[in-house]
Amino acid sequence: MAEPVQFEVTIPSDTIRGHEVQEKILELLEEYSFPEKDLFGIKLALEEAIVNAIKHGNGMDPSKSVRISCHLTEEKLSVTIEDEGDGFAPEDVPDPTEDDNIDKPSGRGLMLMRAFMNLIQYNERGNRLTMEKRRSPD
Amino acid sequence: MSAGQRRLDIEQIGEVTVAKFIDKKILDENNIQVIGNQLFGLVEEDGRKKIVLDFTAVEYLSSAALGKLITMDKKVKAASGKLRLCSIRPDIYEVFAITRLNKLFDIKDDQEAALAGF
Repeated sequence: MAEPVQFEVTIPSDTIRGHEVQEKILELLEEYSFPEKDLFGIKLALEEAIVNAIKHGNGMDPSKSVRISCHLTEEKLSVTIEDEGDGFAPEDVPDPTEDDNIDKPSGRGLMLMRAFMNLIQYNERGNRLTMEKRRSPD
Repeated sequence: MSAGQRRLDIEQIGEVTVAKFIDKKILDENNIQVIGNQLFGLVEEDGRKKIVLDFTAVEYLSSAALGKLITMDKKVKAASGKLRLCSIRPDIYEVFAITRLNKLFDIKDDQEAALAGF
């Protein structure tokens, strides 16, 4: 039985640093032998969530940071990502699959996170996201 | 915007331009910007009208990359051209299916199918 792992990092609004955290989490998931199909979705969800925090949350402001905490057990990954922005209301994001929106180039990140993770939850202000993914059966 | 590193392998087959992505991961914002500009250049600078985008090499792409593909589709349509996508692996196809972009784009299994009847 692998022991649960927990860590927390604070990074500047820099997507390269975001990718480093993403890689670290994925390495841990591989150590815990999460199945390939889970890794693809988790990587995509982490990418979307971290880029959202840096770009839309912090507006790429280098003086603002993003706090990422990760908790991993053999059964489940939980990640919390908090930016220093004003937040947003997820329910106000238009559905990108509606006919009127299908050819608009933005608005799909949130949808992909919801599709690939088991839980996507924002705090009331909308600047802190918690997401969870349970290990799929082999 | 500097031309940056070449991100697409371009091959002309008859009237059709096949643009193959070189990157395995189309994620990074700067990378996506460069790829987008090179794609748009095919239509806006080179005046190419029949374009196939080949995804054989691509293992990951983000919603920002999807955004560039949508803009590319619009530019090709505005120039009265046609765009097809091909050789998309199942994981990536799922991303298109979830976002219903498999309905917006003309997606073929492989390059041969994409070139047929183009």
